[in-house]
Amino acid sequence: MTATSETSSPDLVIDATGGGPRRRRHLMSVLDLGREGIEEVLRLTDSFVEVGERAIPKVPALRGKTVVSLFFEDSTRTRLSFETAAKRLSADTMSFSVSTSSVKKGESLRDTVETIEAMGVDAFVVRHSGAGVPWQIAGWTHGPSVINAGDGWHEHPTQALLDCYTIREQRAHRLGLAPGPRSLGGLRIAIVGDIRHSRVARSDVLAFTALGASVTLVAPPTLLPPSLAGWQVDVSHDIEDVLPAVDVVYLLRLQRERMQDALLPSLREYTATYGLTVRRAALLRPDALVMHPGPVNRGVEVAAEVADGPASVITRQVANGVAVRMAVLYLLLGSGVDLAGS
Amino acid sequence: MRGGTVVDHTGSRRADVVIRDGVVVAVGADAGADMGASVTLDATGCVVAPGLVDLHTHLREPGREEAETVETGARAAACGGYTAVVAMPNTEPPIDSAGVVRQVLELGASACCEVAVAGAITVGRAGTQLAPIAEMAALGVRLFTDDGTGVQDARLMRRALEYASALDVVLAQHCEDASLAAGGHMHEGEWSSRLGLPGIPAEAEELMVMRDLALCRLTGAPVHFLHLSTAASVAMVRAAKGSGLPVTAEAAPHHFTLTDAAVASYDPVFKVNPPLRPPGDVAGIKAGLADGAIDAIATDHAPHAQETKEAPFDQAPPGMLGLETALSLALGELGLPIERVVALLSWQPARIAGLFPRHGGPLVEGAAANVCVIDPDLRWTLDPATLSSKSRNTPYAGRAMVGKVRHTLLCGEPVVVGGRPQR
Repeated sequence: MTATSETSSPDLVIDATGGGPRRRRHLMSVLDLGREGIEEVLRLTDSFVEVGERAIPKVPALRGKTVVSLFFEDSTRTRLSFETAAKRLSADTMSFSVSTSSVKKGESLRDTVETIEAMGVDAFVVRHSGAGVPWQIAGWTHGPSVINAGDGWHEHPTQALLDCYTIREQRAHRLGLAPGPRSLGGLRIAIVGDIRHSRVARSDVLAFTALGASVTLVAPPTLLPPSLAGWQVDVSHDIEDVLPAVDVVYLLRLQRERMQDALLPSLREYTATYGLTVRRAALLRPDALVMHPGPVNRGVEVAAEVADGPASVITRQVANGVAVRMAVLYLLLGSGVDLAGS
Repeated sequence: MRGGTVVDHTGSRRADVVIRDGVVVAVGADAGADMGASVTLDATGCVVAPGLVDLHTHLREPGREEAETVETGARAAACGGYTAVVAMPNTEPPIDSAGVVRQVLELGASACCEVAVAGAITVGRAGTQLAPIAEMAALGVRLFTDDGTGVQDARLMRRALEYASALDVVLAQHCEDASLAAGGHMHEGEWSSRLGLPGIPAEAEELMVMRDLALCRLTGAPVHFLHLSTAASVAMVRAAKGSGLPVTAEAAPHHFTLTDAAVASYDPVFKVNPPLRPPGDVAGIKAGLADGAIDAIATDHAPHAQETKEAPFDQAPPGMLGLETALSLALGELGLPIERVVALLSWQPARIAGLFPRHGGPLVEGAAANVCVIDPDLRWTLDPATLSSKSRNTPYAGRAMVGKVRHTLLCGEPVVVGGRPQR
């Protein structure tokens, strides 16, 4: 391997010589990381954000590793973000999606996974409409890491990590602080919308609270989970009461099919009662952040003017997604030896 | 059969049992001493009981023979101590006509246990038109149910109860309000919320229990409640019995041994309908079994081929094996005296199924020799590979068990000896 000054980030070398992080095999839930693990990913992400700003945004950290994206549900953004992250780490990538696969010919999930494993892969990045599928895949395979890129309504841990990173980065940036304390301690975050069906909300609640933030869920009762036992959150049905007090308002996408399930009378009524309209956005503190995991239903959960306005950090979330996923791939697949060798 | 303690609904006593030509010919201490038996089975330290009766077995034949057949399911039943099972009608085609009843009865004629058949209440189990209940009853069908789904239409259920009241049959309900349960894959509550799986609220079951108690009162026809899984269901049935309604109820072993927390593994082996419930409901089922609100333990033995259970949790079919573990779980988990456990597994379900006293009857001279011999203290660990069922979807792999069937006799024939099937 050849190394150039461009491809050896100082932070990464420190990790390598310092014995590196404790090896984790999978990232399926935010709970796999805990507070320390989340902070470790955020620290690593700083290095990879720096890599992304280089003329040649690529390091050889995962040269020779193969990352397979296994997407059983459409998600162009998340898949591209992971694949970009893998490529910037010099990993080989393969992509598997249902429309081009043998799943349509009746091949079982287990056969599909075992077949791809037999080709020799180091990580599966899995997106599936069924909650728990990453756990099943981890149970069927022996070598590869499994990274959950969204399982049903359950979890989407890398989204939560990039959200934490973005909040930390943008708070520091806007308040003129040095890239600062890793925790979100003391921050007040409102998550607004369809919590019940949201894997983003489940992962975000776990990550935000692990880092010390206080979280308020804002939704009509039909869009909350049936039970919140064990969730360290407050609940409100009055967005206007919540907005003036929060540092971050996190909006979730409202799926149109929710109307058919009698969860809401109409999109119009939802926007009227829970939408972040221009008028409501004026209730926010001047330094508050507006976030959304995308894709945005403009004019439904958030007004276009607000989504594009100065409080919005939605495009920063997307940009940071690549660096966070690089950090996750590096944490799971990289080793000090590889980096020292580079 | 030497050295055992006979337990039946008349009580328990130390006795040998002598059987000839499928009939008990002598019972008593040393009864077999001078009878010159050709085969002697050792029952030392064991309980000799009437054969167990399962009110709720899915034998899968016709239509799903890759998961189970009448032959393999009956063999699994015999290994679990059963001498009779009631085959549920949700086969393909369903048991909703005299022709399919005859087919399953014929398959059962040569099986390791007696195979009784439950007929569907409605044609195709579709819930819209009454099945030929009288024709099936004429072939000996005693239980009718659309199990797998409940009869949703209250008017149709009322008519079915009225029609059946002239036939000496029992309608059995899988209590589940389809609209409230729609789309659910586990119990709705703390765990489903955390796991991101769509839930089935307890009320989906309880609403139909409530409705059918009302219809029972209206029609006077007996109702049997299948696989009750919530504390409130049990409480309603208890109260109804107290007010004299002709109702009976069963519960499945998994509903008194497992909770919805098991689903956190996302292993579809824990997917079942009604779903595994929280600890409070498990306690409610145990209380119902202890105080008589629930009459019978029924397995809801539901074999599934391995590949169908290797699907995502929300795509896998519900159901788990039960025949070869029910007795041990009841002995190990309920804390009841063995006489009560055998009552719940033998003569009480036998009466509901109309099989009493041929099955479940007292072991006295002249009784049919349908017998199971239980070693109540044997400790063993479940290895799914050793099961006689064609399928392996047991949620108890690796579980330490107490108590096991040693021998099973069907009409005097030792079909299981020393825990091993003989054919």
